[in-house]
Amino acid sequence: MARYDSPLDALGDTPLVCLPRLSPTNSVRLWAKLEDRNPTGSVKDRVAQAMLRAAERDGRLRPGATIIEPTSGNTGISLAMAARLRGYHLVCVMPENTSAERRELLAAYGARVVLSPAAGGSNQAVAVARQLAAENPDWVMLYQYGNPANADAHYHTTGPEILRDLPWITHFVAGLGTTGTLVGAGRFLREHKPDVQVIAAEPRYGELVYGLRNLDEGFVPELYDPDVLTGRFSVGSLDALRRTRELLEVEGIFAGISTGAVLHAALAVAEKAAGVGDAADVVFVVADGGWKYLSTGAYTGDLKEAAERLDSQLWA
Amino acid sequence: MAVSVSIPTILRTHTDGAKTVEASGGTLAQLIDDLDGRYLGIKARLVTDGSLHRFVNVYVNDEDVRFSGGLQAAVADGDTVTILPAVAGG
Repeated sequence: MARYDSPLDALGDTPLVCLPRLSPTNSVRLWAKLEDRNPTGSVKDRVAQAMLRAAERDGRLRPGATIIEPTSGNTGISLAMAARLRGYHLVCVMPENTSAERRELLAAYGARVVLSPAAGGSNQAVAVARQLAAENPDWVMLYQYGNPANADAHYHTTGPEILRDLPWITHFVAGLGTTGTLVGAGRFLREHKPDVQVIAAEPRYGELVYGLRNLDEGFVPELYDPDVLTGRFSVGSLDALRRTRELLEVEGIFAGISTGAVLHAALAVAEKAAGVGDAADVVFVVADGGWKYLSTGAYTGDLKEAAERLDSQLWA
Repeated sequence: MAVSVSIPTILRTHTDGAKTVEASGGTLAQLIDDLDGRYLGIKARLVTDGSLHRFVNVYVNDEDVRFSGGLQAAVADGDTVTILPAVAGG
């Protein structure tokens, strides 16, 4: 059944597709979980709706309330749609080095965007959002980095969907941002199949993003639980972009750039399995489509030049 | 041949501004000791109470050492070690 009572209800239950051309062998296969098939086109729709529902249940959110959230884009866009339909105002704090499409989309949905400095990346967005929340005590910060509803959304939906569709899964690979996808879906999968490998692909940006004044300004999301993970890769702009293009050219999937980083890690574990003669079914998350990144020039032209342009941008 | 170590901006005060330096050692702990011999004080920034600083991530050939033995993770000539401060994603 694919009939829904409202646009927000068309959430989750996304396709899991095999990628026969990118899979290393017939017994080591790659599977893409297409999270761009959600209401606003990203995996964050699951998180936004879960956080909103939890806050409504707790009585933190009342009709007409103003929500504030630090976001590099997708969570903001998901919240903006849901907030508009459920009668809330939204203020998003977003680093200025994010793509123009993200800002345009937020504005189109009626959200107010406050830009934070590029240096320091999302750390700065979190700091600015905290400050604004302190100055406006009636605003509600859902705080995706520490909100249990974020990981719970994946524990209750993404993880079970994957296990239902591919009970013989051996590896789960996703991007590491708030850590909600990996910790939530990973925890569910390992509870049901303790041998499943849970692999994080973390974006490695240009130096600007790591421009902290001291190490104690560093940030690890409160949701992060390293015990759920079995491995963690750092993937730079060039590898992420190369794989994003490869996914489009070889399998026809037009994904966002963070998906390229995730594919890079997925191929690393798949090729390792193939190298030692193990069978493997590697599921990786396509967090969003490529639409929001077209203005960065990522998809055509010289690969190295495009990667250099991306290096100071937050592409995940 | 030695191990190439990428130093984040915030720690380059120890390396006279160098982005990449060379070091040697069979484990990450030995490598950091070797680094500290040449760039005094860098170890104290990376290691607290015998383990990696909470907001420091170290990768050997792009893999986070916290999942391959931490300070005891093996390193070999020709490897690339990347040191980065932990920052927010999302």
